[in-house]
Amino acid sequence: MGMPITVEIRNSKYEIRKVDLGKDIGKVFEYFREVDEKYSPFKSTSEVGKLNRGEKVSDEMRDILRLAHDLKVETNGYFDIERPDGRIDPSGIVKGWAIKNAADILRKLKYKKFFVDAGGDAEIVGGPWKWGIRNPFNKSQIVKVLSLNNCGIATSGTYERGQHIYNPITKETEIPDIVSLTVIGLNIYEADKFSTPAFAMGKGGIKFIEKQKDLEGYMIDKDGVATMTSGFKRYETGR
Amino acid sequence: MKKFLLSASVIGVFALYSVHLNLGGNENPSVAVKTSNVIGSAFTSSSLQSSSAPSGGYKNGTYIGSVADAFYGNIQVQVTISGGRITNVQFLQFPSDRRTSQMINAQADPILAQEAIQAQSANVSGVTGATASSGAFVQSLSSALQQAS
Repeated sequence: MGMPITVEIRNSKYEIRKVDLGKDIGKVFEYFREVDEKYSPFKSTSEVGKLNRGEKVSDEMRDILRLAHDLKVETNGYFDIERPDGRIDPSGIVKGWAIKNAADILRKLKYKKFFVDAGGDAEIVGGPWKWGIRNPFNKSQIVKVLSLNNCGIATSGTYERGQHIYNPITKETEIPDIVSLTVIGLNIYEADKFSTPAFAMGKGGIKFIEKQKDLEGYMIDKDGVATMTSGFKRYETGR
Repeated sequence: MKKFLLSASVIGVFALYSVHLNLGGNENPSVAVKTSNVIGSAFTSSSLQSSSAPSGGYKNGTYIGSVADAFYGNIQVQVTISGGRITNVQFLQFPSDRRTSQMINAQADPILAQEAIQAQSANVSGVTGATASSGAFVQSLSSALQQAS
């Protein structure tokens, strides 16, 4: 998927053998490699490649397409895996879905305190874990320190990959009024699902998040002013 | 007509409520919510900031108003004061058993707290927003290593 994956596990009081830890983390990375093979929009052999050539796809791909359709309805069309050129690219939903599955691998192996982070979007298990929100105007800085426990966090922004998020309703490629929208949800799948379509809504996106149950958000506009949902403060922490 | 009646009665209730508070009806700080701004999309943060605050501003904190009968149901608000000013108002109770009320609910815009972003220093386990592609990372790393050699 072209993004750095980080996994950190904090040992409980039980001694976990280093070799087992290494093997188990290895399983997580192996899973991400599989996902990349199957769902990368850049690989012609992937399920996404097959889909765009009208070839038969797996049941799992069909499940993903169904989830994407449900989300499109939920967000009144702001989440749409169809690109302006007609290509289907489900990356917006695959990433959160994959991170959650990866975290489930570790949960099944009985780990209680860890996170799985793919490009800054993460499933946080146990805690508290200290997490930062990157400054959209200066990548080496953080502008918020959060204390997170058992949740998912995802951010959509224009500053990393340029204007890669477009508004499927108005068909513009510019979302000029906001530069970053961070969503915290019950798990990474829920947070990630809504962060991209909410971002495509521009300044209205944070209000959309406010109206959703079990989601909180922190939006930064092009002038460096942040707007947060009413329950967001519970995640803030002193320096 | 129904919408007007509901709006009028809610406005009436709030007018009575703020008069009640201003007369020292309870020990909460006087939250003088301007009645003309309560319902519908006219509820903007700039209007709230211009509402008359006692000298020195309000006391910071979150305050819950009493439950008020708004003809079609109850209304109860929660107000947040920061920096001496109203920064957030939330409806804890709102009439929701009538179609008219539901339409008004749908139109009401939430008022959300804002702040200027500020660089923080902290040791964190992860940073959200970092979606640098691995290609860019490698490119940047090699250019740095080149300078270092």
